[in-house]
Amino acid sequence: MAEKGIREYDAKRMVAGALSEFSDGKFSMTTDLVLVGPETDLDGLGTAYPWLREKKLVVKPDQLFGKRGKNNLLFIDKTLDEAVEWIRERMEKEVTIVQTTGESSGTLTHFLIEPFVPHEEEYYVAITTHRDGDTIHFSTSGGVDIEEVWDTVKEIHIPILSSIDEVDVAGQLPDELGDKRQTVADFVTALYNIVVDYHFTYIELNPFTFVGDTIVPLDTVAKLDDYASFSCHDKWGGVSFPNPFGLSKTKEEEYVADLDERTGASLKLTVLNPTGKVWNLVAGGGASVIYADTVADLGFAKELANYGEYSGNPSQELTYEYTKTVLDLMTRAKNDDGTPKYLIIGGGIANFTDVAKTFTGIIQALEEFAPKLQDTGVKIYVRRGGPNFKEGLAKMRQTGESIGIPIEVYGPETHMTKIVSMALKGGD
Amino acid sequence: MEWYELFTPETTAFIYGNQNRAGQRMLDFDYLSGRKTPSVVGFITPTGGGYHTMFWGTREVRIPRYKTLEEAMAKHPEADTMVNFASERSCAETTMEALETDQIRTIAMIAEGVPQRDVRKIAALAKQKGKWIIGPATVGGLKAGSFKIGNAAGTIQNIKDTKLYRPGSVGFVSVSGGLSNEGYNIVSRNTDGIYEGIAVGGDVYPASTLLDHLLRYEANPNIKMMVSLGELGGRSEYDIIDAINEGKLTKPLVMWVTGTVAKMLPSGVQFGHAGAKSDSEDTSADAKNAALKAAGVIVPESFDDYAEKIKETYDKLVADGTISPAAEPTPPHVPMDYAAAKSQGMVRKPTAFISTICDEQGDQHTYCGIPIDKVIEKDIGLGGVIGLLWFKKEIPAYAAEFIELVLQIVADHGPAVSGAHNTIVTARAGKGLIESIISGIVTIGPRFGGAVNGAAEHFTYGVENEMDPKDFVAAMKKKNVNIQGIGHRIHSVEFPDLRVNIMADFAKKHFKSTPTLDYAMSVQDITTRKKNTLILNVDGCIGVCFVDLLISLGYSKEEIKEMVDMGFFNAFFIIGRTIGFMGHYFDQKRLKTPLYRHPWDDILYDVPDEPEKVE
Repeated sequence: MAEKGIREYDAKRMVAGALSEFSDGKFSMTTDLVLVGPETDLDGLGTAYPWLREKKLVVKPDQLFGKRGKNNLLFIDKTLDEAVEWIRERMEKEVTIVQTTGESSGTLTHFLIEPFVPHEEEYYVAITTHRDGDTIHFSTSGGVDIEEVWDTVKEIHIPILSSIDEVDVAGQLPDELGDKRQTVADFVTALYNIVVDYHFTYIELNPFTFVGDTIVPLDTVAKLDDYASFSCHDKWGGVSFPNPFGLSKTKEEEYVADLDERTGASLKLTVLNPTGKVWNLVAGGGASVIYADTVADLGFAKELANYGEYSGNPSQELTYEYTKTVLDLMTRAKNDDGTPKYLIIGGGIANFTDVAKTFTGIIQALEEFAPKLQDTGVKIYVRRGGPNFKEGLAKMRQTGESIGIPIEVYGPETHMTKIVSMALKGGD
Repeated sequence: MEWYELFTPETTAFIYGNQNRAGQRMLDFDYLSGRKTPSVVGFITPTGGGYHTMFWGTREVRIPRYKTLEEAMAKHPEADTMVNFASERSCAETTMEALETDQIRTIAMIAEGVPQRDVRKIAALAKQKGKWIIGPATVGGLKAGSFKIGNAAGTIQNIKDTKLYRPGSVGFVSVSGGLSNEGYNIVSRNTDGIYEGIAVGGDVYPASTLLDHLLRYEANPNIKMMVSLGELGGRSEYDIIDAINEGKLTKPLVMWVTGTVAKMLPSGVQFGHAGAKSDSEDTSADAKNAALKAAGVIVPESFDDYAEKIKETYDKLVADGTISPAAEPTPPHVPMDYAAAKSQGMVRKPTAFISTICDEQGDQHTYCGIPIDKVIEKDIGLGGVIGLLWFKKEIPAYAAEFIELVLQIVADHGPAVSGAHNTIVTARAGKGLIESIISGIVTIGPRFGGAVNGAAEHFTYGVENEMDPKDFVAAMKKKNVNIQGIGHRIHSVEFPDLRVNIMADFAKKHFKSTPTLDYAMSVQDITTRKKNTLILNVDGCIGVCFVDLLISLGYSKEEIKEMVDMGFFNAFFIIGRTIGFMGHYFDQKRLKTPLYRHPWDDILYDVPDEPEKVE
C-alpha cells in the first residue's frame, strides 16, 4: 500500500550498497550489518561473520519502532558473546514500548548488530516527500529528539520537476559546518539521489557522523513506495515489509492476508472485538470504511466486531473462503445477553463487479454455516447494487428462506448504510 | 471550451489498452445521452492494428486500433482525451507521452499501483501545461449527457436510474472510484442530478485533487451546488478550507470525510485505499469533518444522513430560485446485451452445436462430467479417459486396461508399412509434424489397419445371424469377399502371433463373455484347414475383442452396429499408430535425412512408344 516502513537493516544495506556509486566514489558506508531473527543460529554468528569477533558492537531491536535508548533496548560497545547473550534474553519476549505516539506492546523478533563507532559530531538529516517536491532537513544537532531542537534544522526544498543539481545545497546548510560544508553537501546530495532512484518516501539518519570519507549512520528510519517494486526489485534486493510493531495478526487475519496476496483481488480482515455483535462483510475499499464508520457513528463502536472488505472482482472460490473465515469467527459464541448478532453484507453500487457472481460464493458459505448461524442467532442485512444486482439480491432472499435465517435484502433505492441502523436500532 | 470544462458532447477520446468492454460502456452512455457520434475514436494497443467491432445502439461500428498515440492523433486531430488503461508498470510512461503532446488535454489514469514519484511529476507537469489528469487508481468520472470515462457509473440500467444521460445541477467529486457510483445514486435521488462527477482515486497523491475539481465546479455557472466525499489521511480537505476562507469557494458544499472508525482500530491498519491512512491527529476523519464544518461546509452527523443534507441543500436552492430543476428528456432505448438479457432469463435462442462429452464453461473443464483434477486424482488413466470421451462411460479397470493394451500393441509396426512409409517420405520432403503424420494417417483404411472395423463387422454379422462358421466361410467365399481380420504374411497355426494370444487371453480372463472372439476362433479353425496362415490376425482380434468388450459393458446390438458404421473400431488403431508415426517423424528429423527419391531400378518403366490415338 504505497508507503511502507522497512527495517533499519534494509535501509542501511541499501544506502551502503548505493552510496559509492551515487557519490562518484567520494563516500562509502560499511556493509557490516547483521539482522538476527528467531531462526538465526546465534552460536554460528562469529563463523558466518568474522568481523563480529574483531569489533566492538551495537545491538538493538529492528522492528519499526524508535526511542530504543529510552526504552532500554540499546546495547552499546559490547563483544559478540555479550551481544548474543543480550539477544537470547530478549528474543521472542513481549515488551511494551513508549513512543511519542503512545504505548504499544509486541514481541521482539528481530535485532540489528553493527560495529560500534566512537564519534564526536552527530548530524541529523531527513528527506521527506510531498506532492510538490522533496525536502531535505539538516541539523548539526543530531542524536537527540529532533523536535526539541527543531529551530536548528535547515530545510532545503527540491521541486518535483527539478534535479538537485539545480539547487544550491551547500549554500543552504548551516554556517557552523565550517570547512565541512561542501563534504556534507556532497553526501546529502548523494543521499537525495538514492532516495529518488530507490523510490524512498522517507529516510532519516539521526544521528550520522563522518569517520574520514566513511559515513556512519547510527540510527536510520526509512519508508519505501512499494508501488515501485516492479522497477526496483533488484535494487531493493529482498527487502521485507514487516507489520508495524505490536500489530500481530491472528490466524484468521493471517489467512485472509494470504488470500489477498495470492490474487489480484483485494481481501482484508481485521478483528476488532471477537465478541462484538456487528460483523461486516462489505464489498469495496471505500464502502467498507463507511460501514464501519456508521456502526461507530451510531454509537455502537464497542459492538463493531471487525473491519474488512473484498473488492477487485474476487472469484467465487475466494469470496467463499473469505466469507467462511468471517462466519467461523462470528459463530464461535452466542451473545451473553441472548440478543442476535448482525451480519452486514453491504456495498455500494458496483461499477463492473458482477454482484450475482460474488454473491454465489457468499451464499455457498452461508449454506454451509446454516446450522451454526441458527444456533448463534444471526440476522443478516444485505444492501448492494451494480451489474446483475437484481439476480444477486433475489438469490440472497431465496437463501434466507431455504436455510431458515432471517435475511433482509435491499438494493440501490435504500441508502447505503441504512441497513446498519435497521439492524442496530430496529429500523426507523 | 471554457477552462473549467473537461468534456462536451463533442469530446472524443482514445482508449489506451484493449479495453473494448469499457469502450462499449462508453458508447452505450454516448448513445443514451443522444450524442451524434461515439466518443471513442480509437484504441491504442502496441500490438495493435485492425478494429474492435462495437455496438452503437443496435448497429455495429468498427473502432480502429492504432499501434501508437502518434498514429492515432494523426488520424483524429480533434481527439483531446485519453483513457489510459495501461498497467501500473507502463501507466506513468504512456501518460507522460500523452502529456507531452499538444493535442491531448485530459488523461484518466485507471491503474492502481503507479509509483508515487512518477505521479507527482505527472501532476506537476500537467499543472504547468494547464492539462488535467484524473487518477491514478480510479474508475474515472463523467459529465452527464456528454462524456463518460471507461467503466464509471457501471451498467446502462444504472446510468438510466441515476439520469446520467442529461446534466443536472450538482458537481460531485470523491476520492473513491468504487463509491462514486453510490455518490451519483445518492445525488440523483435527492436533487435534479449530476452535472459532472469525478473520482480522483485513492492514492496518497492523486494527480488532481478534490479541490482542483471543486474550483472548476465553482467557476462553472451550470453547477449550483457541490457534493464531495473525502477520506481520512492527507491534507486535501484543509486545502478546501483554505480556499473557502480565501473566498475561492462560495457555492454550497455538502461534504463528508470517511474513516471516523480509524480511531478505534489499532494504529497501522491499512484501509482499502493507499491514501487512507492518518498519521497525525489533524488528518483524521473526525478532525477534518469538524474543520470543514467550522469553515461553513455542510457536514452531516454521519454518512447515514449525508443524503438528507444533500436534499435539504438542494431544496433550499430550488426554493430561492437558484436552481430550476433540469428538464427530463426521454433517453433513447439502448438494447440490452444478449449476455445480460440471458443471465436475467429474458431471452432464449436455440443452439447451433451440442456437446455431450465435455464442458469447458466452468473453472475446470470436465470429461463427461468429471472435472479434470478429479480425473487425475481418481487415477482414471489414458484408457479410462478414452472411456469417458468415446464411450461416455466411466468404464471398469479391466476395460481401460484392455484399451491401453491395444494401444501398446498397435503403436508401431515398422518403417515399411504404408502409413509409416508415407510419414517418413513426407518428413524427408521437409514438411512439418502435422503434414507428415497426416500423410501417414490417410493410408489407414480397408487395406491398411482398417481391417479392425471390417473384422468387427464381418464376425458380428456371423454371430448375429447364428450362422454355422462353415456356412459363414462358404457364404463369404460365394460373395467373393475376403473375411476381414483373417490371414497373415508369416504367422500360422504352428507359429502363432503372440500379440493375438495376449489379447485373446486377456479377453477370456476379464470380459463377461466373448461370443464374437469365440466365433472368430471357430472360423479360424475352418480357414486354417485350407491354408495354415489364414489365422485370426491382430486387426481381426482387436475388432472382435472390442465387440465383446462392448457387449460386456452392456451395449445393445443396435448400438454396436452404429459404432461399427461410424468407424469406431478403427479409432483405436489410428490413435495407437499415430504414436508410431510421430516416432518415425522425430527419428527422421533427428537424423536430418535428405529428400527421398525412389530409385529407377525399383520402378518398372513400361511406357508405350506412343499413346493410343482416339478419334
